[in-house]
Amino acid sequence: MNEPVMQIRSIVKEFSGVRVLHKITLDIFAGEVLGVLGENGAGKSTLLKIISGIYTKTTGSIKVDGTEVSIQSASDAKRLGIAMIPQEFNLISSLNVFENIFLGNEIKNGFLLNKSAMRNRAYELLKDLETDLSPDALIENLSVAEKQMVEIAKALVNDSRILIMDEPTTVLTDHEVDIFFALVEKLKKRGVTIIFISHKLKEVKHLCDRLAILRDGHLVSVDDVTQINEEDMARKMVGRELNQIYPQRTEYSDEVVLKVSNLSIKGILQDINFDLKKGEVLGFAGLIGAGRTETAEAVMGLRKKDSGVVEINGKVVTINAIADAVACNLAYLSEDRQGKGLIMNFDIPKNITLISLASYVKGLIQHKKENSVARDYVKRFDIKAASLHSNLANLSGGNQQKVYLSKWMDTQPDILILDEPTRGIDVNTKKEIYHFIHSLTEQGVSVIVISSELEEVMGLSHRVMVMRSGQIMGELSGDAINEKEIMYYAAGLKTMAQA
Amino acid sequence: MSPIITRLKRLDIATYAPFIALLILIVFSSIASEHFLMPRNITNVLRQVSYTGIIALGMTFVIIAGGIDLSVGSMVALVGVLSIMIINGVGDGWWAVAMAVSSAIALGGVFGAINGLIITRGRVASFIATLATMSIFRSMTLYISDAGEVVSENNKFAEIGGGYLWAIPYPVWIFLLLAIAYHIVLKHSAFGRHVCAVGSNSKVASYSAIKVRWVYFLTFLIAGLSVGIAAVLLASRLNSVSPGDAGLFYELDAIAAVVIGGTALSGGKGTIWGTVIGAIILGIINNMLNLMGISPYLQGMVKGMVILTAVLVQFKGDR
Repeated sequence: MNEPVMQIRSIVKEFSGVRVLHKITLDIFAGEVLGVLGENGAGKSTLLKIISGIYTKTTGSIKVDGTEVSIQSASDAKRLGIAMIPQEFNLISSLNVFENIFLGNEIKNGFLLNKSAMRNRAYELLKDLETDLSPDALIENLSVAEKQMVEIAKALVNDSRILIMDEPTTVLTDHEVDIFFALVEKLKKRGVTIIFISHKLKEVKHLCDRLAILRDGHLVSVDDVTQINEEDMARKMVGRELNQIYPQRTEYSDEVVLKVSNLSIKGILQDINFDLKKGEVLGFAGLIGAGRTETAEAVMGLRKKDSGVVEINGKVVTINAIADAVACNLAYLSEDRQGKGLIMNFDIPKNITLISLASYVKGLIQHKKENSVARDYVKRFDIKAASLHSNLANLSGGNQQKVYLSKWMDTQPDILILDEPTRGIDVNTKKEIYHFIHSLTEQGVSVIVISSELEEVMGLSHRVMVMRSGQIMGELSGDAINEKEIMYYAAGLKTMAQA
Repeated sequence: MSPIITRLKRLDIATYAPFIALLILIVFSSIASEHFLMPRNITNVLRQVSYTGIIALGMTFVIIAGGIDLSVGSMVALVGVLSIMIINGVGDGWWAVAMAVSSAIALGGVFGAINGLIITRGRVASFIATLATMSIFRSMTLYISDAGEVVSENNKFAEIGGGYLWAIPYPVWIFLLLAIAYHIVLKHSAFGRHVCAVGSNSKVASYSAIKVRWVYFLTFLIAGLSVGIAAVLLASRLNSVSPGDAGLFYELDAIAAVVIGGTALSGGKGTIWGTVIGAIILGIINNMLNLMGISPYLQGMVKGMVILTAVLVQFKGDR
């Protein structure tokens, strides 16, 4: 191959002393499609954010066209022809296509906008990309795939030579994915380099020229796509056998502790039915937006239900507010740890006792009891903090998650719902959390795990419910739990009736 | 390590800044003016401070919960006028005084609750809601008093605001006792903890089964009750209320005291003792400007600069 367009040398990134990228060295060539694979938290987003100027590297160097460059901001990256297509599009919905394409890059006649020139160039560009998208269409009337097209056209107008796409196909329908693949081919022909993050191994195999696999912040390998099969990819991503990280599943009883029937929320959830047994881990799989979080929130009284009955230990309960759910010994750890879970400027004890505070009040709050209970949790979960009274903002994500777990454990729940319990957490803490879930089930606590990491759902659950667009598509248990089955249901290729 | 040292290590400059500022101010003032440390002057300063100080105590809860109450100044005038009308209606003697005091506190509570209801039930931003009630309360005061001064006819009434216990005026005692009570509520009660949680992140609070709107409502109720107490003390001190001037700009002094005391305007954290110090700092600055013969027209400027300094120190501490 020719001279690399970008040379990444020994890039290291640390977040408050924690190293998340370990000396990454990688060459990227003009006109190639480079797939970047890795588990959540492997460091792929961090690496690409450094390239696109959103983060700055701790040490290391980046050369573009053979000269060393400093990328301190997104505008530095833009100047170098590097563009990131965000998952959440940054388009202004009240403006039309060409106005968005030229946003921040307007063609002007002196002080005034030269609309006809912009419209003409946008028209040519879109024609070049072989779409029939009109430059005058309003963004708010476009489909997701069309919006993506606009984002790509916007990057091309900026003379971008390196396009970074973060899971671009997760938001697309099958048909739109085909259009997207064709588009990538066209971009390649124009000499544009594409860096492509995806979790879909098949797609990566199909689309990419080379594959870089990251694990725990290390670059494990860079392979020609013809040299590697899907099994190898998965093995390199995980880097260990599954049973090392996931504890042996415990036996669970037949006693139903939670039964949800006919749960519906107009436009969000449709007739959700499931039950949970004592000591069981029930996984909820599905793509983002499938309605798993909404189901949990509805059960917890955080969302208004249009219909649905919740039974706990065989008795119908009314849960209209989260306080009702807490009274039923239900617990729910939100996926949004910082936004909904913990108070960042509170210390560890105050966070842990926030829900269970009433049990620490005898007229006034008993600070000693509060602190000693918190100290117990710090020990039990091995929470690492400078002091018991450190603000949560100063703790790492994994330690924050442990405090969040402690907070709900302090309500002594019988049923624990964990929503993305290991998002953004390092492998070791993940393992600790998995083993903690295991020990809870041994004590007869029942756990629901909502996770977008298939491996996590498969490694932990006795049974798996798969959701798609607000419906439960299928239920898998035992040996039937595998990636293929889950993806079939999650993608809507299979439903319970066919199963 | 001894607990005291661990504690000291935790305290950053931002928390201690108000206290240090007060000490510096006292040292400076006693050098600058021989009158400053005279007991009569100190008592006067503290008495002056106690009215807005009591309001600032209530305001502390509102601001920590993430709100603001601009209506407190007008509310002072309205409650003051109504309480004197009540005392004149009931007549002479301590019975009438007791009626006036209790109804002032109750009225303050009612007006505070009205603010709280508009904000939590009507979901109006507190800044806008209390801006509106500020105007409404002032206008009502002017209307019911016909814009004329309302004078108490009760000969006992003036003793509450003017009396002394161990050479310290009653309002100062009440200010200090309330400060202790409020401090305990804020730092050592579940409600106080909930106020901080709501102000820090109301979403987290609601996901933690805290009744966010109820807590928020209560902070405005506390602000109203505090205004009721301050209003009756002020009315008693002057034995009258002038509807156009009473409580004018008190909201600004109260907010300034809270902010100088280190409470974040963005909510979530703050202390009662900080507010007490903030109020005293403002009082001493006013006093010194008078003692040093500086034009009263410049006093607002100095106050403004002190507030800016306080906020800048806070901002630095946050980063």
